[in-house]
Amino acid sequence: MGKRVAKEVSIAIADAVKLARAEVIAAYPITPQTHIVEHLSELVANGELDAEYITVESEHSAISAALGAVATGARTFTSTSAQGLALMHEILFIAPALRLPVVMVVANRALSAPISIWNDHSDIMAERDIGWIQLWAENGQEAVDLVIQAFRIAEDRNVMFPTLINIDGFTLSHVIEPIELPDQEEVDAFLPPFKPKYKLDPRKPLTMGPVGVPEIYFEAKKAQDEAFKNTRRVILRVWKDWAKRFGREYNPVETYRTEDAEVVLLINGSQAETAMTAVDKMREQGKKVGLMRFRLWRPFPIQEFRKAVSKIPVLAVIDRALTPGGVGGPVGTEVRSALYNAARRPRVVNFIAGLGGRDVTVEDFEEMAERAAFYLKKRPKEAYEMIGVRES
Amino acid sequence: MIPELTKFKGFSIKNLPKEEPLAPGHRACQGCGEILALRMAMKALGTDVIVCNATGCMEIVTSPFPHTSWRVPWIHIAFENAAAVASGVEAALKALKRHGRFPKNRHVDVVAVAGDGGTADIGLQALSGALERGHDFVYICLDNEAYMNTGVQRSSCTPFGAMTTTSPPGARSIGQMTWKKNVPQIAVAHGIPYVATASPAFFLDLMNKVKKAALVKGPAYVHIYAPCPTGWGTKGEDSIKLARLAVDTKVFPLYEVIEGKYYLTRKVTKPKPVEEYLKAQRRFRHLTPEIIEEIQRRVDAEYERLVKLSEL
Repeated sequence: MGKRVAKEVSIAIADAVKLARAEVIAAYPITPQTHIVEHLSELVANGELDAEYITVESEHSAISAALGAVATGARTFTSTSAQGLALMHEILFIAPALRLPVVMVVANRALSAPISIWNDHSDIMAERDIGWIQLWAENGQEAVDLVIQAFRIAEDRNVMFPTLINIDGFTLSHVIEPIELPDQEEVDAFLPPFKPKYKLDPRKPLTMGPVGVPEIYFEAKKAQDEAFKNTRRVILRVWKDWAKRFGREYNPVETYRTEDAEVVLLINGSQAETAMTAVDKMREQGKKVGLMRFRLWRPFPIQEFRKAVSKIPVLAVIDRALTPGGVGGPVGTEVRSALYNAARRPRVVNFIAGLGGRDVTVEDFEEMAERAAFYLKKRPKEAYEMIGVRES
Repeated sequence: MIPELTKFKGFSIKNLPKEEPLAPGHRACQGCGEILALRMAMKALGTDVIVCNATGCMEIVTSPFPHTSWRVPWIHIAFENAAAVASGVEAALKALKRHGRFPKNRHVDVVAVAGDGGTADIGLQALSGALERGHDFVYICLDNEAYMNTGVQRSSCTPFGAMTTTSPPGARSIGQMTWKKNVPQIAVAHGIPYVATASPAFFLDLMNKVKKAALVKGPAYVHIYAPCPTGWGTKGEDSIKLARLAVDTKVFPLYEVIEGKYYLTRKVTKPKPVEEYLKAQRRFRHLTPEIIEEIQRRVDAEYERLVKLSEL
């Protein structure tokens, strides 16, 4: 077993990429992702990680070079944030369609304008349909574990899909936490070398990325969709194996004190830890409050989610992104949609909080839980409410 | 001189490679100068290559699934990123060789192929990045002087005065109002070991240049003139004639820049008038004598500049 040490989460993520023996890294610096790629550069410069680090001239080229590398058969990593992720947008869709299993860490940050380097989820919420496996980390340990797991999941021959891990910018990326980094031998035993069935190799030529005429495009997309849904089995198997080897459990939907809960808060990412404090406080006061978060966001874990909420009266979904002119926040909208045809479903109340680095405090979570409890008796009039925004 | 190049004897009619890495049966237009140039380039490169193709005519006509014209590994990701994709392929080969996951002694030429739009406009940043980083790869720009794949819209490589669907001549327009962007010179400015211009009318010269580009270590850029009968309003059977005329009128000079030193590979001592070249194409038929004269002056000046550079 590895040693538990105090480490900045970004540094630990880079160490995890090293433990995974990434062979090619293509990245462009953007706050707050920078510490990850800086430390990777150091590891490569020191010879601690024997990889090619491509200092590309943009995020568009970062993901493009990464796809070229993974198509050639090299284990490949990249990382970005906000505007960088948006600049990658066009290429992000191409990766899963060509079944190129690159791994990326997204240090979540608000999208411009106004320009903001601070955390929210507007960057990743704009990329829900890219067709990548999408995971959320709540703390540094999860970030490290998920990065190593992501390579195994992505590169499994029954998966072959790009995989990304969301970590909150600053509030997770820049904090120092006690983190256990597994030993190299343990990682090697868990993660075999990347051996894709199809790759760019003159010894066995193939054409990758051809034209999809109308007679074939639709079928290609259906095949992609089916294969994507089927990744669920592998993801669950990898998590089971991880728990066996490292003793830490991972589930598509993570719950905290939800048994007997009347109100359950749902929030993704590191602020679920603040929400946890609010839940404990309210439980002490005899209030039946619980907490839930998505670990697996794509493919959407509909079965696990429906099961997790089947006995809950009110679900308070806290979105950290806005869908302007929409019918709720992005998570709120999806959750309502996932539950519409469910036999048993909670009332869903949708809050938008913490945009552009606005702190979401324990008190804010308490307030949202109280308001949600109020809506148990009375239907909310609005599709969503904003919490923590100044009105004047 | 670069040692890899001094050893290279060059292709001749007698030793042309038999291989056709780019197979016939593609869907290019009749008389397409681009596919012809690409076929020659691929013959020069052989089969130990990985081709990264930008979106464009060559990508479309060679890869309508389930058919492919490629007998070598080929990847298409998007329009503006062929050089970036090639960077990743090259880096991966290096890493795989070091890790014993690809035969160490097997040399693979990484080749990026794009049109003038994918090179001079939307792909210029990715190209500059890849040249600056020094990847060992060959970048081939097949320049047919407009966005032909989308229906003949102007690019920054469209020559002055040319009619395209987005540079139509009219009461307030003579057609393309800007001078052709000089991408080879931009490539030279990166200080890379090898830059060349080539034409399918001089096919041995084209093949030799592509081969040299592959032989040098580090980035190499080859800019190939590619007549487009569909977009230029010319006859398919005249493509090679036109390509030769572009060289003989000094409109498209052939040269190499090896480690910064310029070499004119075809000196034009008795140039034909530019008018002859312009008159042969529908895209220039609206040009007045005054404008033709202006183009002639520019062509002469550009060529003179190249001659001076080659004498340095």
